Amino acid sequence: MTTRLPITVTVNGEARERAVEPRLLLSDFLRHELGLTGTHVGCEHGVCGACTVHVDGRAVRSCLLFAVQVHGREVATVESLAAEARPETLHPLQQAFREAHALQCGFCTPGFLMSLLPFLEENPDPSEREIREALSGNLCRCTGYQNIVAAVRLAAVKLRETAP
Amino acid sequence: MTTRAFGARVLRNEDPRLLAGQALFVDDVALPGMLHAAFLRSDYAHGRLNGVDLGAVRERPGVVAVYAAEDLGDYWRPGPLLVPPPPIARAVFHERTQVPLARGKVRHVGEPIAVVVAESRYLAEDALAYLYADVEPLPAVVDLAGALAAGAPRVHDDLESNLAAHVIQEKGDWEAARAAADRVIEREYLYDRGVAAAIENRGVVANWDARGDELTIWDTTQAPVVIRNGLAAMLGLSESQVRVIAPFIGGGFGPKIMMFYPEEVVIPWIAMRLGRPVKWIEDRRENFFATSHERGQIHRAKIAVTREGKVLGVWDRFLHDTGAYAPYGLTVPINSQCTLLGPYDVPNYYSEFEAVFTNKPIVTPYRGAGRQHGVFVMERLLDAAARELGVDRVEIRRRNYLTPDQFPHDHEIIYQDFAPLTYDSGDYLPALEKAVERIGYHQFINEEKSRLEAAGKKVGLGVVSYVEGTGIGPYEGARVTVEASGKVSVATGVGTQGQGHFTSFAQVVADQLGVAVTDVRVTTGDTREFHWGCGTFASRGAVVAGNAIHAAGVAVRRKVLKLASEILEVAEDDLELGGGKVQVKGAPQSAIPLGELAARANPLRGAVEPGTEPGLESTQYFGPKAGSTASGVHAMIVEVDPETLTLEIKRYVVVHDCGRVINPMILDGQIQGGVAQGIGNAFYEQLHWSEDGQLMNASFMDYLLPTATDVPAIESDHVETPAPWNELGVKGAGEAGAIPVGALFAQALDDAFADVGLEIREIPLSPNRLFELVEEARAAISSEPP
Repeated sequence: MTTRLPITVTVNGEARERAVEPRLLLSDFLRHELGLTGTHVGCEHGVCGACTVHVDGRAVRSCLLFAVQVHGREVATVESLAAEARPETLHPLQQAFREAHALQCGFCTPGFLMSLLPFLEENPDPSEREIREALSGNLCRCTGYQNIVAAVRLAAVKLRETAP
Repeated sequence: MTTRAFGARVLRNEDPRLLAGQALFVDDVALPGMLHAAFLRSDYAHGRLNGVDLGAVRERPGVVAVYAAEDLGDYWRPGPLLVPPPPIARAVFHERTQVPLARGKVRHVGEPIAVVVAESRYLAEDALAYLYADVEPLPAVVDLAGALAAGAPRVHDDLESNLAAHVIQEKGDWEAARAAADRVIEREYLYDRGVAAAIENRGVVANWDARGDELTIWDTTQAPVVIRNGLAAMLGLSESQVRVIAPFIGGGFGPKIMMFYPEEVVIPWIAMRLGRPVKWIEDRRENFFATSHERGQIHRAKIAVTREGKVLGVWDRFLHDTGAYAPYGLTVPINSQCTLLGPYDVPNYYSEFEAVFTNKPIVTPYRGAGRQHGVFVMERLLDAAARELGVDRVEIRRRNYLTPDQFPHDHEIIYQDFAPLTYDSGDYLPALEKAVERIGYHQFINEEKSRLEAAGKKVGLGVVSYVEGTGIGPYEGARVTVEASGKVSVATGVGTQGQGHFTSFAQVVADQLGVAVTDVRVTTGDTREFHWGCGTFASRGAVVAGNAIHAAGVAVRRKVLKLASEILEVAEDDLELGGGKVQVKGAPQSAIPLGELAARANPLRGAVEPGTEPGLESTQYFGPKAGSTASGVHAMIVEVDPETLTLEIKRYVVVHDCGRVINPMILDGQIQGGVAQGIGNAFYEQLHWSEDGQLMNASFMDYLLPTATDVPAIESDHVETPAPWNELGVKGAGEAGAIPVGALFAQALDDAFADVGLEIREIPLSPNRLFELVEEARAAISSEPP
């Protein structure tokens, strides 16, 4: 059996210690070792963006990282956005996605949400062009992106209103 | 007492779980002791399989079992023919269906040869490297045009040629139409498609519970009931011992209703044999080879027209690439053949096709399911006729539309559902006029185009029409129950892949029972909840399952009224439902909550009288006598960069008619997504094959799906011609957006390059291909004598 390496990672605010094979993908670590199955896997070659998570606050593709590479770092997944799956407890970005009908099958959605959060932090009032550029690293096969663009606009308004 | 839910923009019940990452998809299923499977697949498109050496693999770390075709014993059997050929006179059909694991021969790259089961997916894939399949490569059938040539290699040795099917359908008298025509125009067209590329790949998890004597399967299928019945028969189990769950599915688009994929057959068998749960999840590379495609057709077509542009007849002969096997029968080419007629009055039609086996993955329906090909041929013929006759392209369509007095309209040929191709209803002109007005057609061709061209821009406009036969039978069913909590549960046999059924089906019931949409819990795709039905395909969920749910809702409403009238001692007509209660009209003090009524309908003491049933529950079915015909017009303005031949879609208008609308928000979403897939098909997505049948671009790096910077905002508008043959008046909408886009691109690009006389005769295009076609057109003009 391949050697396992001990790693410590903070995931959604909670310290996790595991011994993992060096080749274990971060996406598989999150999904199958930690049971955080909200992060989805669509291509495993870094194109579709469905597996996007945050490492130290930056959006990254978890299928292109090994779990050992996040040793000592902070990882956030879609599960960190809302405590409960109820309309009123969702994050404003999630609420905007629902209100604008920006998801259909919902498989790519966690990746979109995680890509968009840092984007909206840096660009609280983005133009349509900027939104479309920001979305272009995530593939959605259901929506045609139109309602996702609308959701980002709506989320920007919501987040500006709730900003301190 | 409540506002009507049907027709309202109701937000979706399923969204919170999906958004929070708490919805269950097949790959999320984790069971104690679960094993993982990986498949050894053919590297060759065509070859003699002399044997598989499994010996070395069993010793690899973590490997539990390995199987090739011989190990399956009597369980090895070609898959079922899902759809037998329709009853068309003299139709030829050679049934050849896919096998669980290859035996004797491999017929396409990616065909499974052996399967390794190990303690993890990583270990299973490691072990694949130690499997050796002895394959002697054979020349492959790749080129569709050459597949029937004498001396071509044969995909199936026992057939005389690669002919899979040959069908002729005729209406009227083409020869007479040709003779009477002022002009007959003939063209050759190529229409190719690609992979559906749902972002979730396929997957199967199977768990044999020996103590419970039950097999549970989680499957990314669009048709869980059919999978359950088929697997029970194959495995020698009672249907009630097999539970198939299609949980949340990450996009379907057709290929997830191909049945049975080899993995769907093999994984449950292994789980039973080993007595441990087994999971197989397809990876993206496998998806390109192992999931079905839709691909090319080559058409030679003629249109006979009068000087005024009235169509007298159409003649069409085409080749259809069906891949290595044809488990889905003739569905795709029959759809092409039938949908070609579009919204037009074509009195004489001759259509003949040959479906051909090739050494490529299987072709089965993918969103549109052959309709794109037919629409492209007809719309291109009309464009060619308009150009030759000097008739405006909108005008030629207007002159040939079926008129409202011609419905129901029998086209005198057989459709994919085996019934005569009959349009139930339609009114095409208002949609065309709306689209023309909205896109500013006359202003564009009379003023704007020349102004933009003077500014050095290349711009073009397209306007095309289509119909889609939707909502075909045979049937779906549903059970509606008012629970003691006052909440309503609905169960139906179809699966859901993002269409919003948890909301639209809830809307249908909410109105009948006077409850909030959020108080209706819908279950789809779990055979333990409902085990009758067919599946989600052919834009039929809302029509067929929707009407079954409506019927069950109406029946439960009747039970509510009957019981409440007995309790309140008033006539049923004096009662009203709303706010989760039933009451005497205008007398809120009399109100009984539905939950309380449900409890009283299921008493702990007091027998159910003969002829009555306990509870407030009903199961109903709906089987349409024929489908319902949706229709629409798409219009687009496109700007082409004259240097790079890249495109920018400036405007995109859709005017769509799918009868009564349950939820306009969901409907617009379906159309937008369909158009995006159509744009991919028209200009970005193309499967590239080598001469020996290798797919050269089997990744998202090289097979280009449209991104947010490629797809424009779509301006949607609607026309409502209610479907006369179902009570809700609805028509299907799932596939429509994708169908006419290739034809629309062709016309708009012809328009942009009218100066060189460009005439597009193929889809997909790309900047490179468009450059070549423009250069060819330019060369043809300059070589013409002055």
